[in-house]
Order: sequence, then structure tokens, then C-alpha cells
Amino acid sequence: MGTTEIIVKFILIVVIFLVSLLIAMYSTYAERKIAAFLQDRVGPNRAGPFGILQPLADGAKMFMKEEIIPANSSKFLFIVGPSLAIMTACIGSAVIPWGETLVIGSSRIPLQVTDINVGVLYIFGVVSLGVYGIMIGGWASNNKYSLLGSIRAASQNISYEIAMGLSIIALLMTTGTLSLKEIAAQQHGWHWNVVYQPLGFLIFIVCAFAETNRAPFDLPECETELVGGYHTEYSSMKLGFYLFAEYINMFISGAVMATLYFGGYNFPFMHHLGLGENWVTILGVIALFIKIFLFIFFFMWVRWTLPRFRYDQLMDLGWKTLIPLAIANIVGTGLWMTFVK
Amino acid sequence: MESLSNKRKVIESKPLNFWERIYLPAIVRGLSITMKHFFRKDVTIRYPEQKREFSENFRGMHSLKRDEHGRERCTACGLCALSCPAEAITMISAERQPAEENLYREEKYAAVYEINMLRCIFCGLCEEACPKEAIYLDGDIVPPDYLRKDFIYGKDKLVEAPLNQ
Repeated sequence: MGTTEIIVKFILIVVIFLVSLLIAMYSTYAERKIAAFLQDRVGPNRAGPFGILQPLADGAKMFMKEEIIPANSSKFLFIVGPSLAIMTACIGSAVIPWGETLVIGSSRIPLQVTDINVGVLYIFGVVSLGVYGIMIGGWASNNKYSLLGSIRAASQNISYEIAMGLSIIALLMTTGTLSLKEIAAQQHGWHWNVVYQPLGFLIFIVCAFAETNRAPFDLPECETELVGGYHTEYSSMKLGFYLFAEYINMFISGAVMATLYFGGYNFPFMHHLGLGENWVTILGVIALFIKIFLFIFFFMWVRWTLPRFRYDQLMDLGWKTLIPLAIANIVGTGLWMTFVK
Repeated sequence: MESLSNKRKVIESKPLNFWERIYLPAIVRGLSITMKHFFRKDVTIRYPEQKREFSENFRGMHSLKRDEHGRERCTACGLCALSCPAEAITMISAERQPAEENLYREEKYAAVYEINMLRCIFCGLCEEACPKEAIYLDGDIVPPDYLRKDFIYGKDKLVEAPLNQ
């Protein structure tokens, strides 16, 4: 790896990092606006035109707030919790192919930080690490509500990871690769995986809701039962990091779903428009972001539509419905591949 | 037993059928309902910038009226204070001096006239009791303030602006 390549990768990393922070920031704004529109309200409109500066005001408020570490908490782990949550949320973006290649001069720059051949597994590893931040934070708080919230988060994530993994297996059987770059490249034009794996996608998106702790599966922070759930004792920017991590997770899971099932940066007729390679790449990046934004919108839309599941219903759905369904999907895909293809 | 009012409803709780058990049709229906609301025009009035019009019989802040020559109509008879169920009105009367005919309509006037806006219930009885048509609750809503003492409105806030200004 030459120096220029390192510099290019570094720039790419910084850009992706900043973009995901920016999107997470404005997701909070979007969430409030969408919630308002779905409920026939106006939403934040005081800070700047249409309240566009609201995230900045919220961030400033978060930083200014008093920082409280409970006396009987485990201080080190109390700080590690949110740090881990936001870190694991951010590193998931490393393997996602944001676009094809840019040609600058004589060098070709792939718009992906790293193309590892086990990209899907990497995403899984990072996602399952994500629960540690919540678990450690809730446990270190030394508060029964926090502990209950973190136990819920842990068992919920473990249960839904299985179904998620099984739904992915069916997808990997058809793609034959774990590299996200190749998976994205295979779905050229209109050949999106969702057409071949509709059931797998349905299972995956339900599990994504559970993994990101979003409604209707937001039991770890279920405010009607657990005050604030795992972040009950958190204040100031540590709370901010937890909330931020949730929005980054939403962004990343949107990106993963778009890449795995909705063609990633591919859009119809992308190589029949007669445009230069760079233009196609840029349009591809825009297409990917549109898909991600639609997913984020869907996450929010669902949040303000469905009521929260009860905990036993959640476990029921995960273990008794989604896992058998995912296994059936694998069998069905196998049969289809053997006899039809 | 036979229901007398005919209003009794027998509620059956049947077990969910297949489509109800897989949730999805209900979820799609819910999503379409919320989407309908997404595009609905909101009814919010953005208050400080937009104001809703008051109805015609709205009773707001009091004002002490002047007559057609710009003289204060109030004669400090005290009927408003007497009629006030909330004990919000107090006043001190004074006698009109020879040079003040252009200021006060009658020989007696209110030197001090105070309404405690925190006590006032905006019932409008003072308006009804006034024999001189001197007080009307025709103002805006009472603006917010920080201190209780600032809600005791004196003549400076209550009396109408003079005619020739």
C-alpha cells in the first residue's frame, strides 16, 4: 500500500465518518419532524428556518448539561458504555461499498474503505458488539431499571441475531460470496436481491428493527416500564452518545439493507445512459443514499405507527416465528437452486 | 337476562385467524393510515407570528375609556370594585380641580385605579356594573410577566390613549 493510497483511504474514512455523524444529527431532526407530520403537528420550527438548526441546539444543550456519574456506579465501565456504543456504531461503515470507482488522473479509487472477503461476517461481528455498549452501560449504572433494560437488550439482540444470520444465509447461497462489494456488483441494474429473496428481506428488516432497538422493539429503553431503560442514569453527552449511536446504527443498517437487498449503488439503466464512469459513480452514490434515506424514513414511519411489543411477544416472534421461517427460507432457496436454476 | 335499554353489546373474542396472526396486513393498514396523516395539512396556528381572531364577545384586558372630548369617563364610584367577584379592582378617588375640566368628565375621578390581573377572572361584571360606560374588557390577552407585582395594572396601562395623540 503506497502513501497516496493511505492518504486516499484516510480521506475516505474521514468523509464517511463525518457524513454518518451529519446524517445521525439530522436523523434526530427528521425523526421529530416526521413524528410531527404523522401526528398532524408542526414539529421543531424555532431554531432557524423550519427548525433546521435544531440538531445544533440540541447538541449544544447536551454538552452544557451537568454530567452526573452515580456514586455507586462502576465509574470506569459507566464511561466505557457509551464510548463502546458509539464506536461500534461507527466502525460498521468500513466495509460498505458506497459506490463504484472514481477515476482521478490515472488512479482508480474504489469508494469503499476496505473490501474484506468476509464483509457480511464483519458487519455481524460489529452488530453483535454493539450490544456490549448498552449492556455495560446499563450494568455499570447500578440501577434496577438500567439493569433490566440492558438484560432486555442483550437477550433481544441475541435472539434476533440468529434469525438475521439465518436470513442472510439464504442470501449468501444465491450470491455465493461474503464480500459486500461483490454482492453489490452482482445486483447490477435491476437484479436486486430483494426480488429473489423477499421473505429473507422481510425477516432481515424485522431483525434490523430489533437490533437497532427501534420501535416496535424498543424494549431496552421502554420508557413506560423502565423509566429510560439502559440510559436511565445517563446525562449530558454520554446520554447524547447513546442516542447518537442509535441513529448511526439506523443509518448503517439502512446502508447494509440497501447493499444486500436493494442493489447498493446500482440503479436501473446505469450503463445505458452514455455517461462517463465518474458520473455513473456519483449517481450511484446518490442512488445509494436515496435508498438509505428511504430506509431511515421507513424506520421512523414504523416507529410512529406501531405500538411497542410486549416482551414475551417479542421473544415469541423471534424464536417461534422468525427462526423457523428463516430456516424454511433456506430450505426453499436450496430447493429452488437445485431444481430450478 | 333481557337487556332493557337495548344498548348491550355482546363482545366475542375469537382467536386470531391466519392473516391477523402474521400481523403484516394490519401493519400495512396502520402504515397507510399514518401516511395519510403525513400529507394532511396541519391545523396548528404558529402563535407569536400568527394569531387566531378572537370571537366578538371575547373578554380580554380592561381599558378605561375616554369620552368624545378625550376626558376620562370614570368617576370612581366604585361599583366595578363592588361587583367584582374576585376582588381584583381597587381605586382611590379624588376631586377634580378647576383647571382639569379637559381631563376628567365629572367632578370626581379616580386618582389611582388598579386591577390585579392575577385575580381577575374576566367575567365582565365590572363592565356591566359601570354606569358611565368607562370600563370595557375589549383588549388583547394579558401578556406574561415575571413578577406578581407587575400584574397589578395601574392607570398607565389601563387608560385609553388620549384622542389627539
